[in-house]
Amino acid sequence: MTDRALAVVRAGALTTVQDLGRPGHAHLGVPRSGALDRPAADLVNRLVGNPPAAAVLETTLNGCAVRPRTTVTVAVAGAPCRVTVDGRPVAWDAPVHVPAGALLDVGPAVSGVRSYVGVCGGITVERVLGSRSTDLLSGLGPPPLTDGTVLPLGRPTGAHARVDVAPQPAPPAELVLRVTLGPRDGWFTPEAVRAFVSRPYRVSPASNRIGLRTEGPALERARPGELPSEGMVLGAVQVPPDGRPVVFLADHPTTGGYPVIAVVRAADLPAVAQAVPGTPVRFVAVRRR
Amino acid sequence: MRVLPVGEDALLVEVSSGDEAQALHAELLRRRAEGSLSAREIVPAARTVLLDGLDAPALVAAELTAAELPPAPPRAGEAVEIPVRYDGPDLADVAAHWGVPEREVARIHAQTDFRVAFCGFAPGFGYLTGLPPRYDVPRRATPRTAVPAGSVALAGPYTGVYPRSSPGGWQLIGTTDAVLWDHTRVPAALLSPGTRVRFVPVEPVGHS
Repeated sequence: MTDRALAVVRAGALTTVQDLGRPGHAHLGVPRSGALDRPAADLVNRLVGNPPAAAVLETTLNGCAVRPRTTVTVAVAGAPCRVTVDGRPVAWDAPVHVPAGALLDVGPAVSGVRSYVGVCGGITVERVLGSRSTDLLSGLGPPPLTDGTVLPLGRPTGAHARVDVAPQPAPPAELVLRVTLGPRDGWFTPEAVRAFVSRPYRVSPASNRIGLRTEGPALERARPGELPSEGMVLGAVQVPPDGRPVVFLADHPTTGGYPVIAVVRAADLPAVAQAVPGTPVRFVAVRRR
Repeated sequence: MRVLPVGEDALLVEVSSGDEAQALHAELLRRRAEGSLSAREIVPAARTVLLDGLDAPALVAAELTAAELPPAPPRAGEAVEIPVRYDGPDLADVAAHWGVPEREVARIHAQTDFRVAFCGFAPGFGYLTGLPPRYDVPRRATPRTAVPAGSVALAGPYTGVYPRSSPGGWQLIGTTDAVLWDHTRVPAALLSPGTRVRFVPVEPVGHS
């Protein structure tokens, strides 16, 4: 077989196609989407010689297995995991040669949550509004992988990187999230704002691509009532009626009616993608630059 | 007009009414089109416009704080016509809230000149304003787990049309075959902020 495609043998708990997402359509109610751990997605593309906009696979906790129908170069990074080709261990975080018809198995995350699988030529499912990303909030883009899914591959455009192993940060033992307060911190009591930036939280197992949910002190509102719906940004820390902060991630709704107490710095969000349930979370207030 | 910083590169501009938000949105789009404003996203909502992906948010904030809000744009442009069967299961409840007979709900609704104030909730879902405040209705006490695609619905001051089947708490007054969202179409969304909308009854409003 010489056709450029990947057959999915084991889809895993939740494996999606992701690229840079579809920003610019929030006014139509379309989430930005895109890889949650952008630096890891960029890295696997660089390792296999793809441009940054090429689509990759994003796994969740237990990896996935695919069988390329043509010989390809792949790279796996993000959450560290055991990678094998036809049962033989191969390098993680480095370019790997997979012969046509061989089985590439991306094992369960040893630490962290999401591994990224880059394939030379990229995954070339149909674009929706300029992006191939799966958006789990609104259902745009390809559905999550299922066993038997066949994914088309593009033509390689560049040579793969000549490296043994590429540096990347370890998944966080503790999430320290720098936040700038507002725009709706005034909707909370001063005690609640203090608690938010000083008390410990933990990552809730209910977290997903839409938001990082937390467990910890409930934040008390200073004023009752509803906030008229307003635009939401990536990293917004929204506080629903149960008082537990939710950090908005790539598939977040574009508008919302719960007050946003603070916004997490964009540079701190990739680590959020790799925080397993139970990970301690601290929100640290910083000044706007 | 109040300008609130949001994170590192966004601003939330708050005004005192939905009409002002629509006027501000039109003005910000005009500035982006002429090149005097660079923003990745301009997202209108009920009383605010969010500017996201700004290169120099402090500079933009200073400019906006000093600026006069322009008057609301005229209701120009062709209205999108949405054919509706006024057959929703909540028609009687809405009639009771409005204090009118059921058939009057359809007549009043179909005579109203609507405008898309903003979008959200789902791709292609527009929050349409135009009904006078006396016709505001509450959300249903218990949301439905599945509202069919094409449902024409009311909540608060807004009318909306569900682009696809989803859970929802709005009061359902009718059904349309119009396709609100089709990602293979250009543009994908039938309604975008600022679009004028008329609902056209597909069956004559009955006489009792």
